[in-house]
Amino acid sequence: MNSMRSDARPIEILLVEDNPGDVRLTQEALREGRIRNRLSVVEDGEEAMRYLRREGEFAQAARPDVVILDLNLPRMNGREVLREMKGDPRLKSIPVVVLSSSEAEQDVVAAYDLHANCYVTKPVDLDQFVRAIQSIEHFWFTIVKLPPEESA
Amino acid sequence: VSAGERDPPLEILLVEDNPGDARLTREAFREACIPCNLEVARDGIEALGRLRGEGEFAGTPLPHLVLLDLNMPRMDGREVLAALKSDPLLRAIPVVVLSSSEADQDVAAAYDLHANCYVAKPVDLEGFIAVVQAIQAFWFTVVKLPRGRLPETAT
Repeated sequence: MNSMRSDARPIEILLVEDNPGDVRLTQEALREGRIRNRLSVVEDGEEAMRYLRREGEFAQAARPDVVILDLNLPRMNGREVLREMKGDPRLKSIPVVVLSSSEAEQDVVAAYDLHANCYVTKPVDLDQFVRAIQSIEHFWFTIVKLPPEESA
Repeated sequence: VSAGERDPPLEILLVEDNPGDARLTREAFREACIPCNLEVARDGIEALGRLRGEGEFAGTPLPHLVLLDLNMPRMDGREVLAALKSDPLLRAIPVVVLSSSEADQDVAAAYDLHANCYVAKPVDLEGFIAVVQAIQAFWFTVVKLPRGRLPETAT
């Protein structure tokens, strides 16, 4: 398929997820993947925004190539993160994959209305969860052309 | 799998002025595992007319997914994207940009206009079909598309 970047740096992924089990499964699925990546994890929406804006302890954080975002998070939920990110000229081009256990149509439509790039429901079955992560990895990192690094 | 058997077929709108690319896309979609109807708009004006149910397109169902070329006559893909993603009735519809341009500025501009993703068209035939099938596999079976509330028809 098309190769997106000439340099060989790993793909930077920011996972916003408060459930330690889901974090671990995502890490394992991505570690087995074929695309070299570096996964950073934050546990709530406020931390996600500080990471994206490189505030405080995140001053040296890399700009993620893709954000994987849970919806139900403490302190600041995924919808608010989407609203902030997609309304921020420096952050709005970063693709956001919503990964949520909710199948409710209102959650799906609300996420797309807020310019989520795509919405994937978390399978409850472990193997299917891993496959979903690997499908996301395959599509976004080998089929899609990601925004250039200096798109901000 | 997000689309159950009882769901009506997925409606896809392909916005593409190149008849060869439109035909190849149609052929690749015909092999989809999930039933779908593919409509083709040949430029941006026709695409927005369809999406807004104007004139001859009154009553046309809204697509569940739009595949959008960038370089088209009359109204190009950027203008379609800007109009669609700022329209409260349409903006939830996922738009996959499918363009022969690999220029950074085109990619960046598309994401800034809230394209859901950007896929570069491979120049070779097999590559093109593989990419269309990958789009289909991801968006039809992995992703949950907004199916429910999308307004029945634009009024």
